[in-house]
Amino acid sequence: MDPEIAKTQEERKRMEQELASLNATSVVYDRDLYGGSDKDSYLTSIPANEDDDNVDAMDNEVARKLASYTAPKSLLKEMPGSTGSDADAEMGFRKPSRIYDREDEYRRRRLNQVISPERHDAFAAGEKTPDPTVRTYADIMREEALKREKEETLKLIAKKKKEEEEAEKSAPEKDKAQKRRNRWDMSQDNEGAAKKAKASDWDMPDNAATPGKWDATPTPGRVIDATPGRRNRWDETPTPGRIVDSDATPAGGMTPGATPAGTWDATPKLPGMATPTPKRQRSRWDETPATMGSATPLPGATPAAGYTPGVTPVGGVELATPTPGALRGAITPEQYNLLRWERDIEERNRPLTDEELDAMFPQEGYKVLDPPASYVPIRTPARKLLATPTPLGTPLYQIPEENRGQQFDVPKEAPGGLPFMKPEDYQYFGALLNEEDEEELSPDEQKERKIMKLLLKVKNGTPPQRKTALRQLTDKAREFGAGPLFNRILPLLMQPTLEDQERHLLVKVIDRVLYKLDELVRPYVHKILVVIEPLLIDEDYYARVEGREIISNLSKAAGLATMIAAMRPDIDNIDEYVRNTTARAFSVVASALGIPALLPFLKAVCQSKKSWQARHTGIKIVQQIAILIGCAVLPHLRSLVEIIEHGLNDENQKVRTITALSLAALAEAAAPYGIESFDSVLKPLWKGIRQHRGKVLAAFLKAIGFIIPLMEALYASYYTKEVMIILIREFQSPDEEMKKIVLKVVKQCVSTEGVEADYIKSDILPEFFKNFWVRRMALDRRNYKQLVETTVEIANKVGVSDIVARIVEDLKDESEPYRRMVMETIEKVVTNLGASDIDSRLEELLIDGILYAFQEQTSDDANVMLNGFGAVVNSLGQRVKPYLPQICGTIKWRLNNKSAKVRQQAADLISRIAVVMKQCHEEQLMGHLGVVLYEYLGEEYPEVLGSILGALKSIVNVIGMTKMTPPIKDLLPRLTPILKNRHEKVQENCIDLVGRIADRGAEFVPAREWMRICFELLEMLKAHKKGIRRATVNTFGYIAKAIGPQDVLATLLNNLKVQERQNRVCTTVAIAIVAETCSPFTVLPALMNEYRVPELNVQNGVLKSLSFLFEYIGEMGKDYIYAVTPLLEDALMDRDLVHRQTAASAVKHMALGVAGLGCEDALVHLLNFVWPNIFETSPHVINAVMEAIEGMRVALGAAVVLNYCLQGLFHPARKVREVYWKIYNSLYIGAQDALVAAYPALEDEQSNVYSRPELMMFI
Amino acid sequence: MQASDRFNINSQLEHLQAKYVGTGHADMNRFEWAVNIQRDSYASYIGHYPLLSYFAVAENESIGRERYTFMQKMLLPCGLPPEREED
Repeated sequence: MDPEIAKTQEERKRMEQELASLNATSVVYDRDLYGGSDKDSYLTSIPANEDDDNVDAMDNEVARKLASYTAPKSLLKEMPGSTGSDADAEMGFRKPSRIYDREDEYRRRRLNQVISPERHDAFAAGEKTPDPTVRTYADIMREEALKREKEETLKLIAKKKKEEEEAEKSAPEKDKAQKRRNRWDMSQDNEGAAKKAKASDWDMPDNAATPGKWDATPTPGRVIDATPGRRNRWDETPTPGRIVDSDATPAGGMTPGATPAGTWDATPKLPGMATPTPKRQRSRWDETPATMGSATPLPGATPAAGYTPGVTPVGGVELATPTPGALRGAITPEQYNLLRWERDIEERNRPLTDEELDAMFPQEGYKVLDPPASYVPIRTPARKLLATPTPLGTPLYQIPEENRGQQFDVPKEAPGGLPFMKPEDYQYFGALLNEEDEEELSPDEQKERKIMKLLLKVKNGTPPQRKTALRQLTDKAREFGAGPLFNRILPLLMQPTLEDQERHLLVKVIDRVLYKLDELVRPYVHKILVVIEPLLIDEDYYARVEGREIISNLSKAAGLATMIAAMRPDIDNIDEYVRNTTARAFSVVASALGIPALLPFLKAVCQSKKSWQARHTGIKIVQQIAILIGCAVLPHLRSLVEIIEHGLNDENQKVRTITALSLAALAEAAAPYGIESFDSVLKPLWKGIRQHRGKVLAAFLKAIGFIIPLMEALYASYYTKEVMIILIREFQSPDEEMKKIVLKVVKQCVSTEGVEADYIKSDILPEFFKNFWVRRMALDRRNYKQLVETTVEIANKVGVSDIVARIVEDLKDESEPYRRMVMETIEKVVTNLGASDIDSRLEELLIDGILYAFQEQTSDDANVMLNGFGAVVNSLGQRVKPYLPQICGTIKWRLNNKSAKVRQQAADLISRIAVVMKQCHEEQLMGHLGVVLYEYLGEEYPEVLGSILGALKSIVNVIGMTKMTPPIKDLLPRLTPILKNRHEKVQENCIDLVGRIADRGAEFVPAREWMRICFELLEMLKAHKKGIRRATVNTFGYIAKAIGPQDVLATLLNNLKVQERQNRVCTTVAIAIVAETCSPFTVLPALMNEYRVPELNVQNGVLKSLSFLFEYIGEMGKDYIYAVTPLLEDALMDRDLVHRQTAASAVKHMALGVAGLGCEDALVHLLNFVWPNIFETSPHVINAVMEAIEGMRVALGAAVVLNYCLQGLFHPARKVREVYWKIYNSLYIGAQDALVAAYPALEDEQSNVYSRPELMMFI
Repeated sequence: MQASDRFNINSQLEHLQAKYVGTGHADMNRFEWAVNIQRDSYASYIGHYPLLSYFAVAENESIGRERYTFMQKMLLPCGLPPEREED
């Protein structure tokens, strides 16, 4: 290449870089909108609770157990969960997964939450006194307090009961002992005692002093509820699971001292009833359920929807009433199936009605008898309770009116083009099936129906249906109103059978609607939170992101005050789940509205005297904030630390723990800055580690581990020594969690500047290796990883030889996982620090150990042994020469092994050490290996074959084409058939090798062979992997260079006629590359001639080739621009859009290539052809056109393009103006300064000066 | 291609453009555009020192004063906005 072009090329590169920074059309994501790119860091915040160990324990355990078996990895991975329906998954049709199925027990607790009714919106109400029917903040706080009190009372009672029982247990023993002695004398007393004991159970309820008694008493009917765990009022409503209970209750009702059966209200054991003692001080809300049954006489809205989920259409209001939501929430899919089945059976066995009987029997000859007076119709046990007449009516339950007219077995055809409904959906959308006349409905009902329809379309519809429905919901959000919308959407999200996709869609609906409703959402904030908060702890990353987005939008819409008012009551909720999710939600609010806004509130919460739960949650919020927003905590670090610091001395252990964890999170987020903010907590932390044990100590250590790296060297060293005593003591701890934390803290301390190597060697290493480098540590994957990391960190301080000498013997340990751990450590240490520190003795031991470990391995899925071997050999370099024959012997032996894995690994090892072999001048040995590998090219396992090709490639690379054995002329014909192999790994390695040979040693192979390879290569353009396609395209270039472009080009041009797009695109790239390698003038004539073929694909292919070609050749294009201009003229005037698009992109590349090289005349000419296309609407075309204009701006200067622009900026037609302003804007962004000189001279108007007199100045 | 693409690429382009103060839109009137032109011009004069010194010589002022006056002129370069006629 002549130096001039090289120079211009260099200049062009520089200009391109400048351009890249300026170019307006390159799509750059706005950091303000989309946040920083550091989204990966979010992943660290998944843990749902503080100690989440077994993320992949299952995976790990299975892998461990199967370590001694060999099988393809895919098969091994399958084993644990190989439960049916795999065929679908394999085919790529993964069945939509229900969220419920993958959730753990803790996450399922979301279904226990209740969608609370709307709350008072103080902002909307203004000065007005809130309507008594609306729940205000005070109401809720009172309720929460009550709940808590109740819980505590229950706990106390349970405790007392237990004590009593224990006392009793010991008492009868005494009695018995006495009994045996004088049985008759004591009888009277005994009887009395027995009576008392018996009575105590049943008499208690009447004792008004212990109102909650019944909840804790193990009465027969309440087995399930016997645990005095968390219970709130909603749990007491009859859930399906409890039907059985209620059946049993009548029996309970008969028990001594009880009221006669039938007067239900009087029986204190009925689970559905409130506690017998009248509690008038309860808030209004608690009473609602009692009246609800009669208060909501809506058509079809039976409050007991939970009983007959598939049948009963649920009306609109039920959400405003609390119970059904809770009911529904509690239904598990299993229960669903049970219910469905039961319903089916009942349907078949239902008693026949009189009409049906009339229809069946002849009218005369039969007589209708009265049933016996004593007969009570009993159907199924589950119905027993329902069928018995209840004089007063159970307050929480109403017998559903059975609709005989409905068909149960066949899902009804959804009317009006609605999508298919799943059985679970009937509960929510059943009303749509009732073919009522829409005109007869009230406006509100019509609205409800409309919302339901749209939601159903969003949930189950086809993509186009979904899209329009979503848009309608968004557009009409304010018209529908917040209440009806959320009352419809939110219960759907609580549906236990919800799938990921459905949830995503519904969440999207909420997001859109939120945006529209803005401040109208205020009363519904808590409702929404109940549904969205669980997303924050979902295991799916995107679900978490979605949840965060919604909550952040919600807080922006509702405002801080409303958010706090909605979430404050949950902060000291008795349920840990609620507190956990609330803390996370609060952190999102903080990141959305700014930490300073939230600080006063947080401060108050963290100092709450009322309950430790509030303090715990408050501190947890700080932790979550730190995790969520990372280094953005820095400005507020001091205040955040001040808020939580007192928690280190809290009386409650959990609070102390979470405080330490929060400090750890803050320090981690702030690293490496902000040590001064932690000054105040240093003392309590370091004092704390001497006082505490167990979990608290672990948390304190963790905090210290994160704070030490922030310190200056001097302090870090001092504090490390302080903490090290404790750490070394805890080395022996049997607790896994503690072990992990200790390892981590050691790593952090050791890596800190100021901690000296001598100190580590003398004080830490002996104990460290004694306690941690044991086989057991290799068995748990997390321990394993942590130990390796820590050891590597220590090695960075104390050097290679110290560490390697200590563990090198263990390479011959009998436990394979342990050997692997040793190997991985050695690999990392040696890669980091090199092997110059290793003396000859250690070197011998090392190679010996590695060879042993390599040969003894049974499985190496993670390639630990292979990598370790490679790393050690590469770092030893020439020193490995004496061992090479032995190593090669091993490799050859293993290449011949029966197991495919072993052969593959051996081949892989060759490619790793080839460079070192060359350094050791073992060319003969390599030649020998080459021949061996050549012989194995018949390998049938594609994975192994790929590795063998890779090994051959590395040998060829190292020893060159001329010295290669077998000679290239023998090797290449052997590779041609392998190119047909469809396996990706084989293809990739083979094409790399072939490309290498074509590049460096093409002359060793006859041209005919290369042509044959060309044809094979065309097939490879179909490959899925981009790397393969790229290698193929490059190989075309090499081959063309070797044998001349004519034949290759002919092949490629023919290939433009194929149907497949990917193939054509790759071909065009190949043509461009051939043109670049063999100079454009060898290719252009044939290429332009091909444009005359009257076929769209071919012409477009030619244009695309031109586009790539001008992109690749850059300023070389100045010689060819005049040649191709007529062709481009034609293409830019073509009727076909794609022609114009591709030609425009060719023009762009041309313009950018020849900028400043004096081709303006041709470019202006082309611009005249490009310009009329600015009104195109197809996105690709308009994009290409805009980019062509941008290219022209660079090549011709902004002033020229501005002149084109001016004619349309104030055009009377808005459509025209819009386009012109868009062009103007991109022009402006690209060359703002250059435009100053080119702006038109505007005339002044009466009071406004538009002219620019400065430009008229002349000296 | 999909209509969604249109929303993507071009809306991003427009978003990008909207971030620059001096960009325009279809409803821009003569006055607004002129203000942008004037401000850009003054910014350019101030930014290019040779230009500034040229004006200084021509107007027989110090360069600092020229810079100051240009800066001041950027406030209301074309005077008060004309009354919008309601239509």
